[in-house]
Amino acid sequence: MSQDPLLRVSGLEKSFGGVRAVRQVSFEVGRGEIVGLIGPNGAGKTTLVNLITGVVRPDGGRILFDGADVTTQRPFQAARRGLARTFQIVQPFPQMTVLENVAAGALFTGKAASRREAERVAAEQIAFVGLQPFAEAPAVSLTLPNRKRLEFAKSLAMGPRLLMLDEVNAGLNSAELDNALDLIRRIAARGITIILIEHLMKVVLGLSTRIMVLHHGELIRAGAPRDVLADPRVVEAYLGQKFAERYGRLADA
Amino acid sequence: MRTRYVLLAVGVALLVLLPAYGGNYLVRFGTFLCMYAALALGWNVIGGVTGYPSFATAAFFGAGAYAGALLQVAHAPMPLAWVGAVVFVAAAATVVGFMILRLRGHYFAVGSIALVEVARLVASSWSDLTGGGMGLNVPILPGGPEYAGMVFLYSMFAVAAAAFAVGLWIEHGKLGFALRCIQQNEDAADMVGVNTTACKIAAFVLSAVFAGAAGAIYASWTAYLDPSDAFSILLTLKVPVMAMLGGAGTVLGPIVGVVVFQAMEELLWSNFLEIHHAILGLMIVGLIFFLPGGLLSLGARRRMPARATSREVPAE
Amino acid sequence: MSELQILVNGLVLGSLYACMAVGFSLVWGVLNVINMLHGSFIVLGAYISFFLFRHAGVHPFVSVPIAAAVLFALGYALQRGAINRVVARPVLTTLTLTFGLDMLAYNLMILAFSATPVRIILDLGRVEAAGVIVPVDRLAAMLLALLLTAVLYAVMRGSKIGRAIVAVRMDRDAATLMGIQVERIYAVTFALGALMAGAAGALLALIFPISPTMSGQYLGKVFIVCVLGGLGNVPGALAGGFALGLIEAFAGVYLGPQNAMTMGYVLMLLLLLVRPTGLMGRKGYE
Repeated sequence: MSQDPLLRVSGLEKSFGGVRAVRQVSFEVGRGEIVGLIGPNGAGKTTLVNLITGVVRPDGGRILFDGADVTTQRPFQAARRGLARTFQIVQPFPQMTVLENVAAGALFTGKAASRREAERVAAEQIAFVGLQPFAEAPAVSLTLPNRKRLEFAKSLAMGPRLLMLDEVNAGLNSAELDNALDLIRRIAARGITIILIEHLMKVVLGLSTRIMVLHHGELIRAGAPRDVLADPRVVEAYLGQKFAERYGRLADA
Repeated sequence: MRTRYVLLAVGVALLVLLPAYGGNYLVRFGTFLCMYAALALGWNVIGGVTGYPSFATAAFFGAGAYAGALLQVAHAPMPLAWVGAVVFVAAAATVVGFMILRLRGHYFAVGSIALVEVARLVASSWSDLTGGGMGLNVPILPGGPEYAGMVFLYSMFAVAAAAFAVGLWIEHGKLGFALRCIQQNEDAADMVGVNTTACKIAAFVLSAVFAGAAGAIYASWTAYLDPSDAFSILLTLKVPVMAMLGGAGTVLGPIVGVVVFQAMEELLWSNFLEIHHAILGLMIVGLIFFLPGGLLSLGARRRMPARATSREVPAE
Repeated sequence: MSELQILVNGLVLGSLYACMAVGFSLVWGVLNVINMLHGSFIVLGAYISFFLFRHAGVHPFVSVPIAAAVLFALGYALQRGAINRVVARPVLTTLTLTFGLDMLAYNLMILAFSATPVRIILDLGRVEAAGVIVPVDRLAAMLLALLLTAVLYAVMRGSKIGRAIVAVRMDRDAATLMGIQVERIYAVTFALGALMAGAAGALLALIFPISPTMSGQYLGKVFIVCVLGGLGNVPGALAGGFALGLIEAFAGVYLGPQNAMTMGYVLMLLLLLVRPTGLMGRKGYE
């Protein structure tokens, strides 16, 4: 396995109006890692994902994906390169069936050469996330947890090398959450590198090999979960003392 | 479904055989039918399938008409003039499309109407080239009216057939799938790997090219062109309405809509020129209130027609 | 013609354009509907003024509120009866509907009034200052147009219904939660749009010949004003109106009147591409 990081971000800058949403952010993500990205609301997490996938263009800095400079890429180019992401508020093609939605992911990234092949790949991913019963249902008719699974299936059909999960678990109850965790583990087991943006510490700690903390657009800490949680800056900015103590024990486990 | 295609085949046969059994009047009617079918099928690609509400049909129809006419005036043989017109319109549509397809919803619609107005004003002002408001005379096809009638019928038919073939390709092919994704959620389409800009421009150019071809043939057919006729607001509104009447976004919808509309027009109000606008208006009101999915949405159960999310925000 | 004269001509035109456009802009901004009937509303207002003058000797200035009232009622009825059914539907649907209704209106007006242009001839003299000549009727029209626009602005900011309209424009769902009856607001807004159009038309009748064939031109100008100035608020309509008035005045002299019209459209297209929210953007909420 190559030692080069899959994703290298250096000096990333982005402002909206007068607000500096992302300040001089630099980090690397290695192949096969599951990296958790945490931080308060408005810290710039989604902006960061938007920058990496080409939805917005950085004001400064560079993004290297598998050695290639992708700083100014457009979203469809990111998709074709193997950079996929999910949305907090799910974005399906509402009137199309689940199968068509997922097939789109395979077809337009070039992972499948024809519609038929795309539907075959789609069927596999739909089975992987457990949505077979709904394959012919219009996306708009799905429940929220199933829509989230649709997002997963669609991103997987895109054959990503790096998958960024932006708050996929928001709105799920505890049973649904366990299912989601299991799904993410199985995705990682396929060799896909994952960046996990999450508020739920249980999820982040349960999955991540490494955690990065974003605050006011700045990356204030990155490292092993235990170290990050012990860091006073992180505690002050995001976690709170009691929380850090309680979950410090979880991290050690 | 099969009955529809049988009916289509019968209709095509009747159309193609018109010169054998019909007089000049019927041949003329058939030619108009083909012309509007080409226009509506073309519009359908950008308006029905991709969901970009274009009112630019007349802009490209007129551009093709003038391009073809001017080439003929410059002594180019008619078929060559038509090809030249199509090339011109394709190039123009690519350039214009690149700029205007950045807009969405209302702004795109308004921009597309503006194209028609600007084109008409330019054609009017540039009288050295186009004859301005005085009009442009196009060399008449020699060989007598019956022969000419046949030539133009079959030419328009060829364009309509080509538009239909493209429509079928769009319905089943990868580009069409991409366009439908764009219609349902453009940002999601982008994220999933669709080159939305390229696809939209392709759709726009396709619709423009059929309009331009129809326009070029029209100019040769009527042998006279003036800006209000070539860049007609009535035309630019009628075409989407005909497509919507049958069912926008489907391949057969535009054809059905054209046939029904033209038949009604001929039978009911073509003799009452002074109420043409009113009838169109009433038809539109009826269509939108009572038949929003078009005629094809009546009858057998149908999967929900692909429709963009309902509320569009002005500034996107 | 001196630069100053052209400037003044442009300002006079501009104030009329602003008044013509503000109702259209409001409807677009609040109902999210492009009202293709707006040009016809203007023409109708103009004809009301003309007929009252011709047959009842009513002074055009007095006709303005009458035309305004008639158009208000017409607009209200039209919105409740027809437009309301499509307010949440896609652009293609709403635009085609109002386009179709405009076809109907156009035809009815042609049948009723014929296409032959008519004029109100009322010579009120001229005003001269600093080498600039302004006919009194134009000056009066300009002032009345500005007055009307100012009144609308005051209503939007100061009155309960005005604030409700602004609330609906900003956030329809929040407005519903606040207890605002959105459908009634839609109707009132559309009616206000028609009212302003009718009033503007009545003013135009004083200065220009009128004919149903001009509805398309008026609509075009109103589009341009909205794109230039931004949607849904009075300052935007003023900015856009004056911008267009000045552009037309100068372009008319240096490029010829027909080219001036083309320039207007070309400018609109350019602006749509560069800055669709207009000169004023969305900053003003009044």
